[in-house]
Amino acid sequence: MAEQKRIDQPTGTETVGHEWDGIEELNTPLPRWWLWTFYATVVFAIGYVVVYPSVPGANGAPAGYLNWSSRENLQSALDARQSELKPVYAALAATDITALPGKPELMNQAIAGGAAAFKVHCVQCHGSGAAGAKGYPNLNDDEWLWGGDLATIEKTIADGIRQPGHDATRMSQMPAFGRDGILQPAQIEDVVSYVRTLSGQEKGSASSARGQALFTANCAVCHGPDGKGSRTVGAPNLTDAIWLYGGDRATIAQTVTNSRYGVMPAWSLHLDKVTIRMLAAYVHSLGGGEAAPAPVSAPEQAADAASAAPAGAGNVGG
Amino acid sequence: MSEVNPDITDSPLGQYQKRRSVFPKAVDGTFRRLKWAIMVVTLTIYYVTPWLRWDRGPYAPNQAVLVDLAHRRFYMFDIEIWPHEFYLVAGLLVMAGIGLFLLTSAVGRAWCGYACPQTVWTDLFQHIERAVDGDRNAQIRLQNAPWGPAKIARRLLKWSLWLAIAFGTGGAWIFYFADAPQLMHDFLHGTAASVAYMTVFVLTMTTFIFGGFMREQVCIYMCPWPRIQTAMMDEKSLLVTYRHWRGEPRGSLKQAQAHPGAIGDCIDCNQCVAVCPTGIDIREGPQIGCITCALCIDACDTVMNQIGRPRGLIDYVTFEDAEKEQAGKPTTPVFKTLFRPRTLAYFMLWGGIGLGLLFALGSRTRLDISAQHDRNPLFVRMSDGAVRNAYTVKLRNMESRPRTVRVTMEGVPQAAMWVGDTGSREAAGRSFETKLDPDAVTKLRVFVVSPAGDGSRQEFSLSVQANDDPYPSDRHELVLERGE
Repeated sequence: MAEQKRIDQPTGTETVGHEWDGIEELNTPLPRWWLWTFYATVVFAIGYVVVYPSVPGANGAPAGYLNWSSRENLQSALDARQSELKPVYAALAATDITALPGKPELMNQAIAGGAAAFKVHCVQCHGSGAAGAKGYPNLNDDEWLWGGDLATIEKTIADGIRQPGHDATRMSQMPAFGRDGILQPAQIEDVVSYVRTLSGQEKGSASSARGQALFTANCAVCHGPDGKGSRTVGAPNLTDAIWLYGGDRATIAQTVTNSRYGVMPAWSLHLDKVTIRMLAAYVHSLGGGEAAPAPVSAPEQAADAASAAPAGAGNVGG
Repeated sequence: MSEVNPDITDSPLGQYQKRRSVFPKAVDGTFRRLKWAIMVVTLTIYYVTPWLRWDRGPYAPNQAVLVDLAHRRFYMFDIEIWPHEFYLVAGLLVMAGIGLFLLTSAVGRAWCGYACPQTVWTDLFQHIERAVDGDRNAQIRLQNAPWGPAKIARRLLKWSLWLAIAFGTGGAWIFYFADAPQLMHDFLHGTAASVAYMTVFVLTMTTFIFGGFMREQVCIYMCPWPRIQTAMMDEKSLLVTYRHWRGEPRGSLKQAQAHPGAIGDCIDCNQCVAVCPTGIDIREGPQIGCITCALCIDACDTVMNQIGRPRGLIDYVTFEDAEKEQAGKPTTPVFKTLFRPRTLAYFMLWGGIGLGLLFALGSRTRLDISAQHDRNPLFVRMSDGAVRNAYTVKLRNMESRPRTVRVTMEGVPQAAMWVGDTGSREAAGRSFETKLDPDAVTKLRVFVVSPAGDGSRQEFSLSVQANDDPYPSDRHELVLERGE
């Protein structure tokens, strides 16, 4: 492959001097303007380096003439968004949560804002889909320990459940029937049998009949004579299909023996009023939200108790 | 003349080459008139189209052709294309590509020579150049003249005219993307979006530079088409061909008269080179700089008429015919060249895609439903043991009028559904009615609840039917998860 530059006769152009199996390459000159275009890109690049941060250093790039920064860009975009949202926040602060359903647009904004806040503050326990986990209620379903209307949810979020040292918090405590010696292990087994008949998981038996009497004596005061629970004290309904800690024999026995003491923070200590309102709207929108503004009252429960009858043992289901 | 090398591809040796100006001479003839006609038609289409009106009722714009980027709609007369129907546009682009192949294999670089915007605008700019500076010789004289008041005045006049046309070109472009009369008003009052001014500026400058100064440089160095061309051409493609077997050895009219029989038909008058807009010499054979505009054919035919020799010394001839002619054999009839397997195959492909697109256009529905199953949580156990699944249902009303539609559930006989915002489990049913905004997507959260013990994973579907339509428009298959 000898270096043989020569003039190609038909085109009058010099070859580059390489030859492969008789194929040669013409050294066609580049147009001059192409060269100027290249110089222009070089000038542009130098200008860019001067104007924008380009050269990496140990402590980030030098700021450049324009002092441009992607962080500042983001911050200004966030600030702009915040100021855009100001009127929405003001409207939400001024609107009582019970009035929200009458304002569908504001409601939708509250739900959107609540969904974002939920991802930050609530998913750690309730899960990103609000489906909960053992001991942490599923917020999608139609079972509410303390009530599922907008105002009640807002209060639950604001004041929490069993938040130590917070006067407004929702308080109740189930006795540890086994640990404190109120019931003997055999009696607890009977109570468990009875509780499981309430939700139809077991058929009636001698054990469950013994358990019924124990339930009436020990549990009905909170869970109601028919086991339907009470929202005033957060006592779960024992007759339904939803079990916060589990509905199998072993788990219910554990619950009765040691009791349960689920705690939720009082979010008013950490979050502003509007965020809590938005969170309540979001949780309410998940599918289980109740329309009724008033929680189930005690007299109604009494009436229920009169018509139905049974009694039984404790469980913190929900 | 010595300053102006007639052949742009005859490069002097060296790494870089200065552009040598081309001063194409005015010419008249069949192909020049064809070029005028095509220029008038294409420019008219370009400038007039955005101003055509088309009534679509109160809920849609009334511009016949509108690319509404802000709202992601493309309107073309009676056709409205949504972003998810972009395959129709992609199909059109594929057709345009194959159409170029078809055109190339049938008539060579006809696109380059007649219809390419670079050619059309360069042609227009050259016409203005001739009006201001005079024809080829006057242009060369002016080019070589020292700068003085007269030259400056002429240059300023020419560039102003070019700029005006370039501005008109860039200005017309933006009307395809917004309501033309409104945008014209806003543009003139300085209240249009800044992107409109930027687009006009960029297109004005590219038109001015490409049409006025870059010209054949765009074709020779910047455009990929000449490269693709070499792969698309075959021996049956039409090429602008110099019949060298008839023209050579070339010699002046005097020489020809002095030595009858020894000199060919080419009298070396250089008219073919003088009129060439890319500055090549066609007598050197086919080359990348030739855009087959056929102006050299017009020029040569004029000369042949004047000296009383047969026309067609330069002509559209296929490579195959050129060889046959040289060998004295009869040439292939035109229809045989045009209708050969290759062009037919391209045409079938092109037409097939076109028919497919027409079918797709005719059979597409203007109301459709899609639904996405909530993944987290997949299902929710209700207090009575029933299972609830949630779906995000999107109803797309692609007609420019509000419609009332009914969404109906098929499958899972025990199940019932309701819309999250407005319904409740108590009011759940097998179907629901909802109002859809015109030309919009309506998003609903739909809950489906199915009693306990109704099997495991179940399939069902949601269908949508407009109240004024006897048949459902669309159906979406879904799954109900029970976690059992």
